Formats: sequence, C-alpha cells, structure tokens
Amino acid sequence: MRLLNRQLNGLAGRVSRHRRRPLAGLLVLLLGLLLTGTVYAAFSPSSATAGAAESDTEQIAKGRQLFLVGCAFCHGQNGEGVRAQRDGNIIGPPLVGVGAAAVDFQVGTGRMPMAQPGAQVKAKAPVYNADEIAALAAYVASLGPGPAIPDAGDYSLEGLSDQEREEAIVRGGQIFLTNCTACHNFEGSGGAMPRGGYAPKIRGVEPRYIYEAMLTGPQSMDVFSNGNLSPDEKRDVIAYLQSLENQPNYGGFGLGGLGPVSEGLAAWLLGIGACVGFAVWIAAHTTRTSKGNVSA
Amino acid sequence: MSIDTSKVADTNATTPAKASKPNPIGAAAGWADDRLGLATAMKKQIRKVFPDHWSFMLGEIALWSFIVLLLTGVFLTLWFVPSMGETTYQGSYNQLRGIEMSEAYASSLNISFDVRGGLLMRQMHHWAAMLFVAAMMVHLLRVFFTGAHRKPRELNWVIGCLLLILGTLEGFTGYSLPDDLLSGTGIRAADGFMKASPVIGTYMSFFVFGGEFPGETIIPRLFTVHVLLIPGLLLALVGAHMLLLVYHKHTQWPGPGRTEQNVVGYPLLPIYAAKAGGFFFVIFGVIALMGALLTINPVWKYGPYDPSKVTAGSQPDWYMGWPDGALRIMPGWETHVFGVTISWNVMLPILILPVVMFLLLTILPFIEAWITGDKRDHHILQRPRNAPTRTAFMVSLMTMYGLFWAAGGNDIIAIKLGLSINQITYFMRAAVFIGPAIAFWVTRRWCISLQRHDNDLLLHGYESGIIMRSAEGGYSERHLPISEARSYTLTARGRDEVYVPGSGVDANGVASPKRGVLAVLDKVRGRLSKVMYADNVQKPTREELEEARHHAEHEHTLQAGLDHPAPGHEFDDHALRTAGDVPLRGTASSPSAGSGAHTDDTDQ
Repeated sequence: MRLLNRQLNGLAGRVSRHRRRPLAGLLVLLLGLLLTGTVYAAFSPSSATAGAAESDTEQIAKGRQLFLVGCAFCHGQNGEGVRAQRDGNIIGPPLVGVGAAAVDFQVGTGRMPMAQPGAQVKAKAPVYNADEIAALAAYVASLGPGPAIPDAGDYSLEGLSDQEREEAIVRGGQIFLTNCTACHNFEGSGGAMPRGGYAPKIRGVEPRYIYEAMLTGPQSMDVFSNGNLSPDEKRDVIAYLQSLENQPNYGGFGLGGLGPVSEGLAAWLLGIGACVGFAVWIAAHTTRTSKGNVSA
Repeated sequence: MSIDTSKVADTNATTPAKASKPNPIGAAAGWADDRLGLATAMKKQIRKVFPDHWSFMLGEIALWSFIVLLLTGVFLTLWFVPSMGETTYQGSYNQLRGIEMSEAYASSLNISFDVRGGLLMRQMHHWAAMLFVAAMMVHLLRVFFTGAHRKPRELNWVIGCLLLILGTLEGFTGYSLPDDLLSGTGIRAADGFMKASPVIGTYMSFFVFGGEFPGETIIPRLFTVHVLLIPGLLLALVGAHMLLLVYHKHTQWPGPGRTEQNVVGYPLLPIYAAKAGGFFFVIFGVIALMGALLTINPVWKYGPYDPSKVTAGSQPDWYMGWPDGALRIMPGWETHVFGVTISWNVMLPILILPVVMFLLLTILPFIEAWITGDKRDHHILQRPRNAPTRTAFMVSLMTMYGLFWAAGGNDIIAIKLGLSINQITYFMRAAVFIGPAIAFWVTRRWCISLQRHDNDLLLHGYESGIIMRSAEGGYSERHLPISEARSYTLTARGRDEVYVPGSGVDANGVASPKRGVLAVLDKVRGRLSKVMYADNVQKPTREELEEARHHAEHEHTLQAGLDHPAPGHEFDDHALRTAGDVPLRGTASSPSAGSGAHTDDTDQ
C-alpha cells in the first residue's frame, strides 16, 4: 500500500509539476480553440464555412453593401420591392421572407442579377463568388424569416442501407412523375410554359439547387413546402434524378430525351435518309458483264 | 411433262454424247416441277422486267420494313402480356421495383431488361414502324409527282392510301400497348376524341373501353387489333398492291426505246432478285443499327400509366403528329345547343380534318381524270414539271402537312428555339392557310419556268459557255444543239388540251349540250381544266423544231467561211466523248438497249 501511495504521489507530483509551467494554460486554451474551430468548420453549413472568419453581423453588413450595389435598383434598398407606375407591374418583387435558399438559388445559378427583363430569367454563369452569395443570402435572410440554405445532408442518401436507398429512389421516382414531369419532362429535359416561359432542363443541375427550387418555387414553379413534400421526399426526388444520371443509356443515344418529336426527326433524317441513299446507290450500280459501263 | 435434261445429248458430233452427271439442284427442281408445275408458272414471271431507277425503290423500303416489323413483332408477342391486370414489378430495373403496374407494362419492362435481345427487338420494331409509314408516304409522293396514279393504276393508288391509313392505325395501336405514361396519355386523348363526336361519342367510348376509361379491356382489345386484324389486312392489301404492280407492269421514265407498249429494264432473275434481296438486307441493317444505337420510347423512364399523371413532350409518333398539331392550334370553339356541347375545337381538327384529307387523297386520281377527261393508259411517267398544277397541288398539301406537323411539336420548338409557344400557335393558325397558297403559286410558276427551259433546250440548244463577238462588237453566247436522244426524251410527252364546256359530242359525233346539274358540272370542269392547263408551256411543234434546226444549220454554214470557225467545242471534252450523248438521268435513260437490257412487251 505504501508503495502504491508513493507511486501515485509521484504521478500526481509530475502532473502538478507540469501544470505549474506558465505556458501550460495558454497551450490548453489554444488546443481547445483549434479543436472547436476545426469541428465547427467540419460540421457547419458551407455558407457558414465561407464566412467563418467574420461574424454574422459583419457578413450581413457585407451582404447589404453588395445588395445596395447589385440588387437594390429593382428590389428596393431594403428589399421591399419596386413597383412600376402602372398597376400590377412589379419591377422587382419584395425579398422580405424569401429566405437564404431563394438567394442561393437565384444568384448561385446566375439567374440573378438578370441580364434583361423578359418572359423568363435565364440561368447563366454566376456573377458573384461563393462568399458574396453567402453574404447576400445572409443579408436577405436577415430581412425576415424564410427557408435556409439546405445542408448537404438534406439531399444525400448517406447513412441509409442499400434497401432503404432503393426504396427512397423508387419513392422519389413516383413523386417526380406525379409532380414534376408535367413541366420538366419525363427525364428532366425541360418543357414549354406559356408566353415564352419554360421549365428548364434539370438534368445535370446540382442537387442543392434542385432542393432550393422545390423549397422556394422560383419564377413559374410551384413551392413544394415541407408540408407539401417532406424533406425526405425532396431528398428522394433528387436521389431519383441522380440515379437516372448515373445509369447507363440502356437504349443507346438518348436523342435529347425529348420524346417522340426527336424520334420522328431521327426516323426521317437518319432512317429515310439512309434508306433513300442506299436506293440511289443500288439503282446507280447496274449489272454489267464486262468492266466497261453498261446502261439500260 | 418435264424432260429430263440430264439425259439429252449435248452434242451433234459424230461421237455419241455421254450423259453428264445429274445435277442435284436440277434434280430437286425437276422433282418439284413434276408435282407443282413451277416451270410453267415461273417461266414468265422470273423474266419479268423492271426498269432501273432509285425512285422505283421507295416502295420497297416500306415493304422491307414491313417484313422487319413482322419478324420483330413475332418475337415481341412471345413475351408481351396483353393484360391490364395489376401486378407488382420485381424485375431488374431498380427505379420501378415494387411499384404496382399493369401486366402489360411489367412485361414491356421485362422485354426491355430481362429478355435477351428484347430491348433491341423492341427498338427495332418501333424504328421499323416509323420507317414503314414514312417510306409509304415518300413512295406516295413519288407516284403522284410522276403521274403513276393515272389510268390504269387508280385502284392501286386507292389500295396504297388504305395501306397508309391502316399503317398509321397499326402504329397507333402499337404505341398504346406498353401501357406506360406516354401510351396511356395517347389512349386518353383517343378517348377524348371519341367523346367529342356529337350524340354517339360517349356511347362509342364506353363501347371501346368496356365502361369508363381506362377500364380493363382496352389493352387486350388493342392487342388483338394490333397483332391480328390490321396486320392481316395489311398483308392482304400489300399482296393485292403487288399483284396489281405485276399485272400493270412497272412504269418507266421516257427515253429512246421506251414506249407505252414496253418496259425497258432488267429481268427479275437474276438481277432484280439480287437487287431487291440485297436492298432488304440493307433496310434490315439500317433498322438494326437504329435499334442498337438510338433510344426510342424508353418506357422505363415514363413509368406506369396513371390518369393523374402526364409528362411534358407527350406527343404521338410522327405520323399522328399532324392532326395533333391541328388540335394544338385550333381555337377553343364550342357550341351549346339543347344542353349538348359540340366541341368544334376537337371535332374539326381530329375527327373531320384527317377524314377529309384522307378521302381527298384517295380520290385524287379520279378528280384528275375527270378534269382532264383522259381515258388513255399511261405507262410512261411524267416529269413533275410537265404537270405544273398537279405538282403544285401536292407541294401545297405537303406544306400544309409540314406546318401542321410543326405545330404538333410546338412545345419542343418553343424550348429549343427560345420562342413563345403562344406566338408559334398564332403564327401557325395563319400559316396553315397562307403557306400552302404560297407554296402552290411558287411551285406552279417554277414548273412552268422549267418547261420553258426545256423548250429553250429543244429549240436553241444548251448554253455552251462560249461568248462570241460579232463584227459589230456585240456579244452573244453560243448555243449548241442537244443530242437526238435527249430531244426525244424531252419531247416524249403529250399536249395538254384545255377542256371547253359544252363541246361534248354523242356517239354519232353530234353536239349534245348538257343540261341542268350536268351543265354546271361541265362548266366547273372547264374552269378547272383551264386552271390546270392554260398556263402550261407545250412542247415545240414539229415545224418549230425543224425551223430551229434549219436556223442552227444556217448559222453553221455562215461560220464555215470564217478564218476561225467556232464550233463551240474548243474548250470542252466533246471530242473525248464516245456516244456524244448527254443523258437526262445518269445511265438510266441512255438509248443503248445493248448487252444486258431487255424489253418486255405488254400484252394489250
């Protein structure tokens, strides 16, 4: 027992001897901070990662500056929207309550700031970088409560068993065919809307933007709120679309995935074109008994 | 009755001939001939002569794709389950596993993913169907543009029209069978069309669907129609079409040696058997390539049919596209009488327009024959330019068809060209009337100009490209006469005569003016005949041609005394040519009926 006590005392003495070092406290503090920061950076949403260096208030202030320069002309200096003189015409809709998700979608896909007014705002190369989009989103989100930018975890099948994944994809396919194909076509190739509008092609679009589009209903699109399509169902739709993109083209070239119109075009141009070409070739090469040309 | 040719002496020399070894093929043929009398039947037919021209092979494309349809179709029936009974999919396609669907759709998926070669067969069948109808239409256009629908081939034209409409229906029933979202939408549309017919509409719909749409009987019923009824009719009509072709003999292009009483070309065996047989494999190959490389109707992406769902880009296959286009651009006219809604917006474009167009197409040869009063047989084809009004009429029908067709794809055009679907609709509403009128006028004038050009060639020769300078300093281009053969070809056509009303004579040659309705019809006929023929350019008369020749000879003699006579062939390869012949259409119309050519006299 004495031996044990002495050994324990010795251990304690050594620890306490270290603790007495003047730099020890500072070291522990630094380690703790580093750990917290790393963990935060690893688990926080991407928008927060971008602005990790600055506080929320700073980010909102930066977003406001960007907003005043790039957006306020149409959306108003406080995001209250701008109406034209004529009744019913809106130059820019109010942004109070649209949420960060709407900003991330509209600016992230390059739709905003728009190049010109028209039947539909086109997607183009984004004008702002990720930091700026995050700042704009933070500013607009500060105007009123609205849907936040979804986490990667919201639209990923990570953590599900194979069985659950397959079920999710099947469920997503049925939701897609019920709610989305009427405008976006059966494989997301897009479709026409009245007066020059269109449902854009959604093949090859980042899952985040598809999720945000469902959440916020940009332009002519309906809002699929969480009460309408639960977050899991949104995830399933995205999983189905991803599964279509990942599967091989079983039938060969897809002809744009547009349905019978492009098939008819192929039948006439390629099919009849080739057949008539061969007919010309066969009729031009008539029989002969010698090397010289013989004609009938 | 046959003679054993293997025992006949094959020499008349002094030494007796030895019997050669019996040929096994000859022995087999002899055996068959003894029992079936094939030699007598085939003797004439295997020497049947067909003229050589690419445009005569367009109908073959349809025939061969029909054969491919039969072959692939038989394969598909071995696995397809024509039933609307519900089942749960448990096949290989992950995205639909566990979904409730009809057995028809489940078996379509099964054919696509679990039957070896099934998807290839499905795609080949569908592509062959698209080509079948398209080839029939191209063939129809060739026949009409060249005047091959005239007497004695009017009934074959009618059979061809029936084949076209039956092929279209066959395509529609096939499109509806897999019971995917697209085909179900098509059936739903058909249900709507039926219900748009006044009074009997709902009864018809309930009769066809065995109750309210969709019911449980439509797929089995369409299956019977698709694999038994229409293919049977198609086969019978294809047979009749080809028997009439053999009976009438094939038409031919005009040219030296070609008359209304003969056919110049090559015999069926061995040449046309090889050509047509080879063409079958070419068509088979084209269809197989398309089936292997190009996706058509990816049913797995559409999902099972559910009346609550629809997809953007829901179009029928192309041959049903033009009535669909008419439907899309039709204004929403409706009339309400006695509590009944008459939906003109559906009836006019879908129930009335296609029927009217089809009937018009069918009776075109008879209308033309009535206007022209032409009772002669025609085996020599007309060049499209030599029937300007007829050519223009078909081009204007084609324009109308094309515009309706484009209207059927208005949503795809809108998204691909960045247009407003509404503006396309407004444009098409006017264009389907104005476009054909413009096309008619342009084509007619174009044909007449080409006729003038032919007459220039005949009377003044072709443009040699040699510029002559006269003593006075004036410049002119030297024209050189075309060959005799070409002159013959260009003049091998009749003279158009405008019918003058009231000029009818009875059997004794006594004028017999018509009265009443007949008189009115007579006047209409006269007016139509005038529209049809009055502006045509007729071929030069014998006197004009001879005068032109004298003129050319006169010029030639004038130049004979010059220091540097200019025959006009200084800079071309005229001296190198052997025949001195400029054929009208490649080798097909050259006059040498030498080595391989055969002439088949028609038995009149």
